[in-house]
This record gives sequence, structure tokens and C-alpha cells, in this order.
Amino acid sequence: MTLSTMRFTEAHEWLRPDEEDPTVVTVGITSHAAEQLGDVVFVELPEPPATVAKDDEVAVIESVKAASEILAPVDGEVLEVNEALADNPGQASEDPMGEGWFFTMKIADPDALAALMTEAAYKAHIGE
Amino acid sequence: MAADLDAARATPLTGMLAELGGKMVSYADHALPVQFAGVMAEHTHTRTAASLFDVSHMGQVTVRGPGAAEALEALIPANLIGLAEGRQRYGLLTNSAGGIEDDLMAARLGPDHFVLVVNGACRDADFALLKAGLPGLEVSMAEDRALIALQGPKAEAALSALWPEAAEMRFMDVREAVVDGISVLVARAGYTGEDGYEISVSAQDATRLAKLLLAQQDVLPAGLGARDSLRLEAGLPLMGNDMGPDVSPAQAGLGWGIPKIRRTGGARAGGFPGADAILAEFENGAARSRVGLRPVGRAPMRAGIVLFADQEGGTPVGEIQSGGFGPTVGGPIAMGRVDAARAQPGTTLYGEMRGKRLPVEVVPLPFTPAQYKR
Repeated sequence: MTLSTMRFTEAHEWLRPDEEDPTVVTVGITSHAAEQLGDVVFVELPEPPATVAKDDEVAVIESVKAASEILAPVDGEVLEVNEALADNPGQASEDPMGEGWFFTMKIADPDALAALMTEAAYKAHIGE
Repeated sequence: MAADLDAARATPLTGMLAELGGKMVSYADHALPVQFAGVMAEHTHTRTAASLFDVSHMGQVTVRGPGAAEALEALIPANLIGLAEGRQRYGLLTNSAGGIEDDLMAARLGPDHFVLVVNGACRDADFALLKAGLPGLEVSMAEDRALIALQGPKAEAALSALWPEAAEMRFMDVREAVVDGISVLVARAGYTGEDGYEISVSAQDATRLAKLLLAQQDVLPAGLGARDSLRLEAGLPLMGNDMGPDVSPAQAGLGWGIPKIRRTGGARAGGFPGADAILAEFENGAARSRVGLRPVGRAPMRAGIVLFADQEGGTPVGEIQSGGFGPTVGGPIAMGRVDAARAQPGTTLYGEMRGKRLPVEVVPLPFTPAQYKR
């Protein structure tokens, strides 16, 4: 798996398609977002399975600075959440693109992924 | 934020702290760092070593002239006539409605010479209030000075390496000193619950002094984020959140800021704005008071969250004024004003956030014990 198959949203979330089934993605926040948020101290995740529409608030993330909402990046169904974040929310700041993932979801429309930003486009979006 | 920051006044340390990696924000119209390495790391470093904070946004007001102490007591319900030279006291500027215009430190440098340190957001209003309330006295706001807070258990070692007398000072002592050729006014006090100093220095010497302090072992720069979580854990109220023009001293939990001598039955009872209402409330008991709050879950409860007595229904019994995560406590903490009947430690209340009522326990303040060197 390389970074190049990942997709990104304007809300600073990343989606990593599963190697076996690319209609299932893992979702988290980008390193850029984690850096802006500061130390994460609380994460509230949805109870799977949960049907969600794009831009629904599906999770809440609280940092030392403020609360932010995690939006569903596409329509679909939340399959699994990262239970480890409940006890160790700091993972979301320390390893946002890895161990700090939030949830996996089954994408309703597989083409929806193509509409999101590539890594290069996201980097341009945040001015890197 | 960016536009705010462009409009913000630079302090004598803004440039230097930005170069050190400070993430700058506009706070009380001044460009100040909100964080360097991260709020959590800076908070912990302050509790275990020492941190340097730029608090130059705060107003430093000189009040001088015959009868200065008596005149100040007509504005501030503190014992300033009885304040020894070289000491400072906490005080409030009250208004005629019995609310709090600002809180401050009043240092006595001579029989008729005081320096007040007031909140940055209130400095213009305070200056106008003091100017009008102290006719015939010199009242001047320093426009060319910085204020550096050095806070933490290693603060004494760091400052005394440059100026040995620092170790002799006690909590709330104030001394004029020369540190490596730089004239400063040093108070042993702060806003973190830790031992430490606040050092007033001229704008032109501020950067050099800050660099000297940062060169000491264990001293790192810290920002407003850590300052807020530190003061919250220490149970220290913040002007604009935990007190304000429509909040009385009793409701703000600031009874300790008004000594017996200025209370009903005291030798110099009353004689300050709003005295009748303020003192009567202490006598009769306040309808609400400031309490410590610990959310039972892990979610921080922040300012504005409404508190209820029950998990469902009922009318609000209070509101959170300051809240967040306490890194030393290791969990969410808050302060709020609640009905007197609900203010007993051990009481369970419910904070409404994101459509749910989550339990929160009333606890004694502070969350972390003060480490002042008395």
C-alpha cells in the first residue's frame, strides 16, 4: 500500500481504500489537521454499524484547544471504529495517519472516492 | 484570525518568540504565542521544571502621590493601607452594580507608590476608571514595558543563577532589582499555581532578559494554551469567564479577595463601588457560587455548557465558565457557577453537550495543590 491510493477531503480527513475491497475505506484525520488541533484528549465515535450521509457529523474530537466534528467523507455505512482511541485518544495526535485512525466504512457509491482529492491535490490545498 | 493577528500589537517579545517557534495569535489585542512544542508538553514542563511566558499584554499602572493607599481603597476592596512596602496583594475593581470590572495585583513600592498589574483585555477601561477615580494622583500606564512570567519548581534556581536574591523572596514579595545590568521589578507570584516570578522589564531590555532566562537550565518557552490549563487546574478565575461586570465577588468565589477589614463590621468596611450589595451578599449568602467540576466521562466540558440537577427535564442550575482538559489531573476539569443548593462537593450535576446530559461531579478547588513558597 502506498500513499498514492489515499484520498483526502477539504475537512482534512484521509481515506485509505482496503487492498482487497477498495469500496471499504479506513478514515482518519491528516497530520496537518492533527498539528492544527494540538493534543487530542477525547474522541467520541459512532456505534457501528451506522448508515451515514456525506457531511454527517459522525465523530467528535476534542483537543486541548477545542472540539471539532469529524464528518462522513462520503455516503456509506460505518463498519468498525477504532476502540483504542477511547482509552488512548492521544494516538490521534501522535499517529494520525496510522494507529490514530477513526473508523472504517463501506462506500455507497464506489465512484465517490474519485471525486475526492489525491495526495498531491491535498498538499496543494494546504499550501505544502 | 490572521487579520486579527495583523492588527494585534506586538509586545517587546513577539518577534523573538515567533522566531523560537511560537504559534502566534491575537489575545487581548496583542500578538502572543498560543503554543510552542504543544500545550500538553508545556503544561507538564511548567509543573516539573520552569516555563517562560510573555504576559506583556497585561497593563502595568503606576499610581503615585499623597494618600495613594487610601484613594485606591475607595476603588478596590482590599487592605492596601496595611500593605507593607515590598509586598503585593490581590484585589478587585468593583462597579456600582456590585460586579467586577477587573481583578489585579497591587504592589506597594513606597508609602505613596503602587504598581497595579491589570488584565490585558481591560487595560484601557481600567486606566480610564483609575484616572477618573484617583484625582490628584499620578496614574500612568506603562507603554514601554514587558512582563515576563517565569513559572515552575525550577524558576527559583533559574532566576537566582542570575540574581541570587531571588531565592530570598517569599510568595507575593516585590523587589526592584538589577539582573545582569538590567533594571527589573520582580514579584514572586504567578497564574499557574506553581512557584515563580513575574518580572517587569523595559521594552528595550526585554529580549535580552528573556534570552538570559531561556538560557538557564530547565527553562523553556510556553504559550497561552498552557497558561490557561495551568490556571484552571490551580482553580484561578479568569476575567471575562469566571468573573465580569455582572458577576459579584461572592458569586465568583472571590471572598478571599476581600479581607475582613473591608467587610461588614471591619475597621474600614465598605467605601468602594457596589459595597452595599457586595457585602450584604457575603452576609446573606450568594444565590450561586463558583465550584470545581469534574466531568465523569472523558469528554471535556467547556465554557457555556449548561448544568442541570437531573439527567432529564428541570431548569438549569448552573453553567460552566471555564473548562477543558487538565494535563496534570489527567482528565477533563471545569469551573462553573451553580445554585448554592448544588454547590456542595460530591453533588452530581449534568452538563448538556451535543444533545446529551453527561454527569459531572462538584469537587473542591483547586484541582492541583498550589506550590507557592510562603
